Amino acid sequence: MADKEVKLMKGNEVIAYAAIRYGCDGYFGYPITPQSEVMETLMELKPWETTGMVVLQAESEIASVNMLYGGAATGKRVMTSSSSPGVSLMSEGMSYLAGAELPCLIVNCQRGGPGLGTIQPSQGDYFQACKGGAHGDFHLIVLAPNSVQEMHDFVALAFDLAFKYRNPAMILADGAIGQMMEKVTLAPQRPRKTDAEIEAECKSWAIYGKPADRARNVVTSLELRSEEMEKINLRLQAKYRAMEENEVRYEAVECDDADYVIVAFGSSARICSATVELARAEGLKVGLLRPVTLYPFPKKPIAELAKRGVKGFLSAELNAGQMVEDVRLAVNGLVPVEHYGRQGGSLFTPDEVYRALKDKIINRG
Amino acid sequence: MCEVELKKENIVYAKSSLMLDNVMHYCPGCSHGTVHKLIAEIVEEMGLQSKTIGVSPVGCAVFAYNYIDVDWAEAAHGRACAVATGIKRLHPNKMVFTYQGDGDLSAIGTCETIHAAARGENIAVVYINNAIYGMTGGQMAPTTLLGMKTATTPYGRDPRLNGYPYKIADMLAHLDGVCYITRQSVHTPANVRKCKKAIRKAFENAMAGKGFSMVEVVSTCNSGWKLSPVQANEWLEQNMLPFYPLGDVKDI
Ligand SMILES: Cc1ncc(C[n+]2csc(CCOP(=O)(O)OP(=O)(O)O)c2C)c(N)n1
Ligand code: SF4
Ligand SMILES: [Mg+2]
Repeated sequence: MADKEVKLMKGNEVIAYAAIRYGCDGYFGYPITPQSEVMETLMELKPWETTGMVVLQAESEIASVNMLYGGAATGKRVMTSSSSPGVSLMSEGMSYLAGAELPCLIVNCQRGGPGLGTIQPSQGDYFQACKGGAHGDFHLIVLAPNSVQEMHDFVALAFDLAFKYRNPAMILADGAIGQMMEKVTLAPQRPRKTDAEIEAECKSWAIYGKPADRARNVVTSLELRSEEMEKINLRLQAKYRAMEENEVRYEAVECDDADYVIVAFGSSARICSATVELARAEGLKVGLLRPVTLYPFPKKPIAELAKRGVKGFLSAELNAGQMVEDVRLAVNGLVPVEHYGRQGGSLFTPDEVYRALKDKIINRG
Repeated sequence: MCEVELKKENIVYAKSSLMLDNVMHYCPGCSHGTVHKLIAEIVEEMGLQSKTIGVSPVGCAVFAYNYIDVDWAEAAHGRACAVATGIKRLHPNKMVFTYQGDGDLSAIGTCETIHAAARGENIAVVYINNAIYGMTGGQMAPTTLLGMKTATTPYGRDPRLNGYPYKIADMLAHLDGVCYITRQSVHTPANVRKCKKAIRKAFENAMAGKGFSMVEVVSTCNSGWKLSPVQANEWLEQNMLPFYPLGDVKDI
């Protein structure tokens, strides 16, 4: 067996490597800090000379998400990446991608907002990513990596899920995960799918020129007849229910005997795992539940913990309190659920979260 | 009654086999229908059905995909050139064209249009300029002529209030990525024939990888203009053509 290929890399760089090695067909993007290394790395690696992957710098995120729409409509594996303000510009496109049921990958390396905000890390786009973030009833599949290795692994996972459900998928990272360097084991190079494979796989919907043996395909989100449009909406909702049934992913750290559980994702989960160690060293039974899929959200495991006797939950997020709403819905009033957050690009420390856990949950009157 | 057997060589006109039988939603007299017919004929004559991918706009032509028997993507309002770029970059050997109105292409989609042209994307753009937003009920477009009455310029377009119309074809012609820009119309049979040649050339350019081509079709919107089809054709000749003169703007 060949040696594992282990490299020291930034989270953003590894997205580029993972995309090429997965056999991604195309990337369309527009520079924005803190994620520009994705396209810079791709341009440096020149995958069009090796795997044949297309890489194109667009004139805006509006253009890149619509190039993504065009590319995805052909059944190929295409992606874009951006950071918060750029993702806002993509929101119209995301709604169209979801409406036309086009599989693709969008990476959001979040920074602090609102507005132009800061280029420092944030998790302020949870609502945008998980609650639609644009007009109409739809969901993206949302994955939250907490390490450079997961940045790598989730590229393949996101594409696989996107194609399984014909739905856009998002990797919701942040400036901390994108910029930090860690060791990562790279996957071996996979060949890109051939046109014949794609045509066989996506014959029922993709557009690549109508062959004689099938009717024309039309990629659209338009249906003016309300009774037909309602059927489409119901079909989409059934798809989202299937995702909720089958695709929930999370990591539970020391939750089995926990009296208190911190819920945190991405970089804040990284910080909170140290909080768990601090608490356990003092004899407090604290666990960490880390949602890996933010949509579909791990409602059931959280509800089960609440039923099992966990006395309180702290949702620790780098925002003013967004995921906490989903934790509260899951807990459904059984026990207290509080939020602790920092904003504007500031991170919290493990100590800070520990103090918040004590003040807001453990020692509350 | 006698039955006349038509010999193939005697048939001077037949509906293109790529023109589907769905009932058209276009108003009688509207230029959209004529241009659709030309596209179907050209794709058929070039033998390109299995290689053609159309991108329809938001505008009256949003349903173009119901009428021409090729694969289609329906783009968000104004984004057709970006969508076409994504398709063409991944399928460089296919014939990718957009079909867009003046609101779609030269208002909300100006940025995507200019940059696709500047990059020299090997796509063909069919640009239906009827100087109005047909689909939404006849509001002013960037192309609306001075003095022209629309739903949002009920007293006529006044440059002090509404600014001036502009000719995006002339602007695009300056870009290095552009190989062919022409302005045509379909208001007389002779013009229909010329327009067909122009669209064919644009499609050939897209296949040959010569760069960005655009055929502007100076068109009628008799409903939006509140004129009969015949009056609309006359109005086009008297008012539109002086401002949007027909002919090639660039051909290299
Ligand atoms: C983002 C967005 N804004 C506005 C609209 C409403 N809208 C639909 S068609 C249209 C104008 C179309 O005009 P044009 O492109 O000239 O096409 P025509 O109908 O005249 O052929 C507008 C403003 C929309 N669908 N999407
Ligand atoms: S509204 Fe105007 S552009 Fe639309 S179909 Fe009718 S005549 Fe044509
Ligand atoms: Mg118009």
